[in-house]
Amino acid sequence: MAEGKLADPIGLPLDRVDGQLKVTGRATYAFEYATQGGAAYGVIVPSAIAKGRVVAVDVQEAQHAPGVLLVLTKDNAPPQTPWGPVDLPDRFARAEPALDSDEVRYFGFPVAFVVAETFEEANAAAALVSVRCDSLPGQYDLHSAGPTAEDPGHISDGAPANSSVGDFEAAFATAPVKIEALYTTPYQNQAPMEPHATMAVWEGQMLTVHTSAQLTTSPQEGLARTFNIPKENVRVVTRYIGGGFGSKLPFYVDATLAAIGARIVGRPVKLAMTRPQLFHMTTHRTASEQRLRLGADRDGRLTAYGQDALVQCARFDNYTEPVCGAARMLYAAPNRLTRHRLAKLDLPRSDSMRAPGDAIGLLALECAMDELADALGFDPVDLRLRNDTEIDPERDRPFASRHLAEALRLGAARFGWDKRIAKPASVRDGRWLIGLGVASAVRADVLRSATARARLERDGRLTVELAMTDIGTGTYTILTQVAAEAMELPVDRVTVRLGDTRFPPTAGSGGSFGAATSSSAVLAACRKLNAGLALGLTEAEGSVTPADLDDTYAHAGFGAHFAEAAVHRDTGEVRVRRMLGVFAAGRILNAKTARSQMIGGMTWGIGSALIEENHVDPRYGSFVNQDLASYHVAVNADVGSLDVMFLDEADPHGSPLGSKGIGELGICGAGAAVINAIHNATGARIRDMPATPDKLLATLETLDA
Amino acid sequence: MHNENVALTVNGRRHALDLDPRVTLLDALRENLGMTGTKKGCDQGQCGACTVIVNGQRINSCLTLAVMHAGDEITTIEGLEEDGNLHPMQAAFVRHDGLQCGYCTPGQICSAVALLAEHKAGWPSYATADVATAPVLTDGEIAERMSGNVCRCSAYSNIVSAIRDVAEGGRI
Amino acid sequence: MKPFRYERAGSLASACASATEPTAKFIAGGTNLLDLMKLQIETPTHLVDIGPLPLAEIEESAEGGLRIGARVTNSALAADMRVRRRYPVLSQAILAGASAQLRNKATTGGNLLQRTRCSYFYDTTKPCNKRMPGSGCAALGGLNRMNAVIGVSSDCIAAHGSDMAVAMAALDARVETVAADGVTRTIPIDALYRPPGNTPHIETVLAPGELIQSVVLPPPPPGQQLYRKVRDRASFAFALVSVAVVVTREDDRVRAARVAFGGISYKPWRSAEAEAALIGATVTRASFDAAGRAALRDARGYGYNDFKIPLARRTLRAALADATGVI
Repeated sequence: MAEGKLADPIGLPLDRVDGQLKVTGRATYAFEYATQGGAAYGVIVPSAIAKGRVVAVDVQEAQHAPGVLLVLTKDNAPPQTPWGPVDLPDRFARAEPALDSDEVRYFGFPVAFVVAETFEEANAAAALVSVRCDSLPGQYDLHSAGPTAEDPGHISDGAPANSSVGDFEAAFATAPVKIEALYTTPYQNQAPMEPHATMAVWEGQMLTVHTSAQLTTSPQEGLARTFNIPKENVRVVTRYIGGGFGSKLPFYVDATLAAIGARIVGRPVKLAMTRPQLFHMTTHRTASEQRLRLGADRDGRLTAYGQDALVQCARFDNYTEPVCGAARMLYAAPNRLTRHRLAKLDLPRSDSMRAPGDAIGLLALECAMDELADALGFDPVDLRLRNDTEIDPERDRPFASRHLAEALRLGAARFGWDKRIAKPASVRDGRWLIGLGVASAVRADVLRSATARARLERDGRLTVELAMTDIGTGTYTILTQVAAEAMELPVDRVTVRLGDTRFPPTAGSGGSFGAATSSSAVLAACRKLNAGLALGLTEAEGSVTPADLDDTYAHAGFGAHFAEAAVHRDTGEVRVRRMLGVFAAGRILNAKTARSQMIGGMTWGIGSALIEENHVDPRYGSFVNQDLASYHVAVNADVGSLDVMFLDEADPHGSPLGSKGIGELGICGAGAAVINAIHNATGARIRDMPATPDKLLATLETLDA
Repeated sequence: MHNENVALTVNGRRHALDLDPRVTLLDALRENLGMTGTKKGCDQGQCGACTVIVNGQRINSCLTLAVMHAGDEITTIEGLEEDGNLHPMQAAFVRHDGLQCGYCTPGQICSAVALLAEHKAGWPSYATADVATAPVLTDGEIAERMSGNVCRCSAYSNIVSAIRDVAEGGRI
Repeated sequence: MKPFRYERAGSLASACASATEPTAKFIAGGTNLLDLMKLQIETPTHLVDIGPLPLAEIEESAEGGLRIGARVTNSALAADMRVRRRYPVLSQAILAGASAQLRNKATTGGNLLQRTRCSYFYDTTKPCNKRMPGSGCAALGGLNRMNAVIGVSSDCIAAHGSDMAVAMAALDARVETVAADGVTRTIPIDALYRPPGNTPHIETVLAPGELIQSVVLPPPPPGQQLYRKVRDRASFAFALVSVAVVVTREDDRVRAARVAFGGISYKPWRSAEAEAALIGATVTRASFDAAGRAALRDARGYGYNDFKIPLARRTLRAALADATGVI
């Protein structure tokens, strides 16, 4: 299907254009530049304490170990810009210095860096660095920090931390039917398959970093800020990225230290964080405590709708997970209250992980809706339909397109929802208890700034260049389709080049804005080029800005998740037998890669419901799970049959192509559908995620009797 | 400590190497031979990105020393193509979109190729109801047998479809 | 990794002789040892690779059982038709462990000697009496969800991670070893492991340089065999609790039963108490539960792992029900 001219390639399920490179192992990731002696190897030495000061670092033994080229500590690191500034509008362009002070800000904080001829020598020498620290008491427990948590003013997407409509407290107090429940979600790790890695090389004053990053211009700015050099002197190259999921929005000390190391030893240096290091040296998704208060009249109409969230950020940071963002858009209710409280702890930085805010906000909210349906004696699909709204209920704007109700209705029909027996623990299959669950999905859409360049080559091929990234989402492919359609060329005559700050700047991949933003820029460039062809134009640039989204409308993707869960009556094991996701996600740019995004998100939903959790040991201020054998992500056997359906829709007031973000919509609500299915299967109401077997035993003991 | 001479046979080609005995097979492939198709995801045998096929069996190349593989036949992702054509499993992964970021993909594909051989040899899995019988390769069997290859993008369902397609004699 | 000398074993005798130095280690599959060496939890200065030795055969034994060479891989053992037909619980247990890739490398001897997966054993910045004798046990007052509930001590509550060994315990397997002086001995699998007591760093009764040559399975016991594992995800995870059962049913009574648990102790936990409770008991969930209660009478939780006690009982119940055909 990848051959030949296609009239209108946008939307077709084309194979991904970088598929061949990836299945043959020819796609090159950051650490894979400069092999066979082309670079020296760096290894980071992390702190063994969570908070305090480095008193002394003894590097003698390490320095004299075989192959060692450099041992860098606070004593000999070059001057750098201090971390931050914390209030920089683009937080991913902050300075990220390394070894610039004696302060230890969290467990696993970098305290030394070793460069050696080989990876083995660097590792062995790193273990010889002796670091003496003075430990200070820290605060590590989210729950106990709750009472003193602060009002952060704003959440990370810029919205106010608190929102209030009508009189929530009065309405909740008098609601004829209500539920109040405390939900908790655990710390989670993005755990991309490719560890954070950088290969750095200097040519004169020019620094090039091959790094694994979702963004390009932000790390370029950030590195320039860190080293106090002009932005033009930094080139960031990131052609293939082994997964990001938010963890590669910031850049980290791997880039900083590779650059410093390369400068000092006078040759390319590369380093990858070890898998255990990732758990502390990069960001994580905060744990949360969420109080849900829902009140309704006897007709099932929400009258009071409240969500309070407590989240964590690092002591020195200000990231506030936007937990209540989804709630603010999802259902109509005249009296509303959402609030975020932020606990600054001496833990590593929290930041984005796939669908920040909404993934865990909906996990709680959509389970609470199930509780309310129960309290009302209503069908959960029906309850959601009754509270649908065409108007953004907190900002009083119409939705540009909203097909939640259709998604729920079509999904219910396709999934066989009518066979659900409302009374829990009614359906059995041998020793397995079977239940069905539903949840709504919502994810706001935004547009960012981007510029693309389109160039018609002498041989008639089109080259498109922009400093965008493809983190596996299919960006190379959809941009090829957009450019081909705009230029009326066969897709195989189009080459899209990404991941290089030598190309025009973009906002990169994140927050589900990547496809709409970058495809809009490509479309603009191609239209300009097309219009100028007659005049002899061979190259054109086109741009998009956030203003291109009509903000008299609210923009969001919607959907409905349905899940069938089987719970073993003796052991409490849960298996998701099948799931259906129906999505109204704007114009689909590639039906195949879009579906892949959705099954990925739904699988993450299974993970968040059943599997994923990290624990802080408050005695040490460190995460207990520091590898993939103890931090579980879903494996193939965890995933039952997944069905995805897209509704035919486009956002007429959104990006020029009418597309919406899809990278995150698939996880939004997915976990709640699973948790609700567990309730239907057993009667157990899991409010402390994830639903591991131990949490079901009490209910199962009751069922035994 | 001194280096060891070892000859590695990778994709049918013999490479004489002088290696630090600490070098894992994975690092020997990637750093010493420059064959970076095999990926390092965890370096702890917990993700499967480093899967290669040694003497017909899939293993985690991160948890074995290169010096232990003198004389072994090592097949990596770079060795699966024949005459410039994709291996049927590679083609099926593209067709079924059994990949996203691509980082676990070479390991998934090597694993899948070896899986079919294991199944053909009649090997059971934990999903096999009666281990004394030769199991039918259901989706559940494929999923269980592929669970040593983590895909954080979570292309699992498409990976199962790709493997089933090839197992059933799939088209190219 | 710290530097080490690498030696390919020339013979059994020379391998054992080389490995008598306290900082030497045998390496076979390497799947556990190399992981620990990378983290410098294991720091041998000398590795003796037993790959060149034979020890990779599965043979019929004179008594009608099987003798499994120490280097037989987990995969080869699980796929062996004699094992699948006569010792299906062993096949199932092996296949429940790790991943296909790891099972292709991991060996029979190495699997028995694998070290704990306790998070605090792995995090070298934390106290751990097993890793650093005398430093304390961080798991006791910590996140001990995966830790043991029976047979352990106030110095160490680490659990053994093997699935294979649990089935072998139920099958009364014996471990055959050879020492540097050529002396061989046979150790019942249950006696291979030392309770942690106040020396949790000494995990087995093996002497330095003593090599496991083989594991002997006695003739298969009569009855239905079954391995059941409960874990936090559907595959590729260590057991919360697992159980191997061999049970013979006569009408509505249990005539004979063997029960071994995984994930709850420092070793595969064979339960004479459960077996005694089962003999002659009615084939009902209630009597299976009673057997579980008997098995776990001396168990105690440490907070996060309290659930393992009811879960172990319930898992035994599920396994016995499946094995005896109780609906």
